[in-house]
Amino acid sequence: MSRISNAFKKEKAFIGFVVAGDPDLKVTVENVLALEDGGADLVEIGIPFSDPVADGPVIQDADQRALNQNVNTEDVFELVRLIREQSDIPLVFLTYANLVFKSGYETFCKKCVDLEVSGMIIPDLPYEEQDDLLVVMEQNDLDLIQLITPTSKERIPKLAKRARGFIYVVSSMGITGTRNEFKEDISQLTNEIKKYTTVPIAIGFGIHTPIQAVEMSHLADGIIVGSEIVRIAHEDSPQRLMTYIQEMKDAIS
Amino acid sequence: MSTKHGHYGEYGGQFVPETLMNELTKIETSYQEAKNDPEFQQEVHDLLNNYANRPSLLSYAKRMSDDLGGAQIYFKREDLNHTGAHKINNVIGQALLAKRMGKTRLIAETGAGQHGVATATIAALLGMECEIYMGKEDTERQKLNVYRIELLGAKVHPVTTGSMVLKDAVNAAMQAWTQRVDDTFYVLGSAVGPHPFPEMVHDFQSVISKEAKQQILAETGKLPDAVVACVGGGSNAIGSFAAFIDDSEVALIGCEAAGKGVDTKQTAATIERGSTGIFHGMKSKFMQNEDGQIDEVYSISAGLDYPGVGPEHSALADMHRAQYVGITDDEAVDAFEYIAKTEGIVAAIESSHAIAYVKKLAPTMRKDQVIICTISGRGDKDVASIAKYRGVDVDE
Ligand SMILES: Cc1ncc(COP(=O)(O)O)c(C=O)c1O
Repeated sequence: MSRISNAFKKEKAFIGFVVAGDPDLKVTVENVLALEDGGADLVEIGIPFSDPVADGPVIQDADQRALNQNVNTEDVFELVRLIREQSDIPLVFLTYANLVFKSGYETFCKKCVDLEVSGMIIPDLPYEEQDDLLVVMEQNDLDLIQLITPTSKERIPKLAKRARGFIYVVSSMGITGTRNEFKEDISQLTNEIKKYTTVPIAIGFGIHTPIQAVEMSHLADGIIVGSEIVRIAHEDSPQRLMTYIQEMKDAIS
Repeated sequence: MSTKHGHYGEYGGQFVPETLMNELTKIETSYQEAKNDPEFQQEVHDLLNNYANRPSLLSYAKRMSDDLGGAQIYFKREDLNHTGAHKINNVIGQALLAKRMGKTRLIAETGAGQHGVATATIAALLGMECEIYMGKEDTERQKLNVYRIELLGAKVHPVTTGSMVLKDAVNAAMQAWTQRVDDTFYVLGSAVGPHPFPEMVHDFQSVISKEAKQQILAETGKLPDAVVACVGGGSNAIGSFAAFIDDSEVALIGCEAAGKGVDTKQTAATIERGSTGIFHGMKSKFMQNEDGQIDEVYSISAGLDYPGVGPEHSALADMHRAQYVGITDDEAVDAFEYIAKTEGIVAAIESSHAIAYVKKLAPTMRKDQVIICTISGRGDKDVASIAKYRGVDVDE
């Protein structure tokens, strides 16, 4: 059983996302530890990409800031090694297909195993394109996180059946970024998913306030916060990040 | 070449966020139905012939052939199409498909502005809403086309992310599409992107070579020895190659933008300099660093200033069925001026890359051999920037 399931063992899970290297690699380590201290159950480590097409301006800009400091994939592995010296919080990588492809699926998966990173979220690697990577991931007992969106509809059964680790339910159309309201009927989506799997479900895209966190946590096993964490990481301190996570975690506990 | 569910050898595929997958499947299904529906084909044909001015001429370039003293050169004149480039062939097909699918709104990226103009034109003709994404850098290089697009009733979004050119415009258009798919069709402007776009663009642009083949057979009684076209994403090139791919005796040559030189950092010669990767919905060749970060590329030509190339070209290159060569800014500008003076044609700076290669190739061939060179577009849009390149200040 992978470390990811530990994240969903107790109450509702809080999943946070950071962009590795923003504001810099050292502070990213502190930020991940602050997330853990604040009560996060799992952290997604974003490997910055030049063209993050699934991301809104907040994360795009953070990726660019990291790349401007020449943060590369190897640096991100080193960053995770530093985190691992101080924490055994469940981790997954979030990045785009090209970075994993260029590393080589074998090499990248071996690195994940070495660093005790449990899986990957790859927004531009849909179901139909996963086979080559999945073979290698399964050999290494890594979880490829499936994304399910309001447009998935009749694709839900096959996505849910392939899911491992957790299912990332995308709350709304479009790209990442904080939102003030959710138009789609998310409960219908999560209910549909639950028909086909017992893998835990976490909802992400747009969530940033404790009230939203509560609302979403009623529908799922966990919530995912990205852009708001990235904003705080850029504008404020690890300390502020920790208190923010505490507020959010308290709200869903 | 034939495609197996959107794969050309190891290239192609559908590398897009889950949000778009159902929509791509719908497009795929609708396109397969449309492709086999004579009524749809007739609709496309009617607009091509009665609106876009097809068939386009195949004109013999006598002065240029004599001057170069080798092969006989024929120009496939896509510059004479309505809106001034080959882009309209593809837009007519995709827009009619969009309409058939019940869409009311078209979005598109544009580099040089030609695809934006073509999309805005057909949107106006079919009474559809239209929004165009264009890198801010390109909106400045191609001011006239921005105004032209607006004149046609479409909205232009200047894109300010990345290096603010074609690649960034594609990113922005894809993002806009993810936010609104129900009533919106993304009219991709080149033979790139997720399946079924490369296949659709191939099909809609192959009218170029279908006509050219008939025309050259009528004119010379034999197949050409070489077909030359410029390659950005590769739509006019694949259209120019398509009907000749199975004729192995016809050399197919794609001309990429080498910018300041294939061996410099300021280049866009993807097939020569790039490596296999996954980006913009496809597996293909890209200009990228060893980690897989996509490079900022460079060319004087906004339409060729793209770090990738369509998957079918990557496959044709691997199979050595087509050959790809780099042409520098300098060579392209020389060719731009050369054909203006020898043939009285002001060709697009993109097309001038193909002409530049013909200038090198023709003298190495015999007089009884034939080259078809596609003039993908007209060069009015480029006059001001070529003047500037030569240090002449003209008022646009
Ligand atoms: C006149 C002209 N030729 C060529 C191109 C390059 O595109 P493609 O390689 O898809 O033909 C463009 C793109 O804007 C163009 O405007």
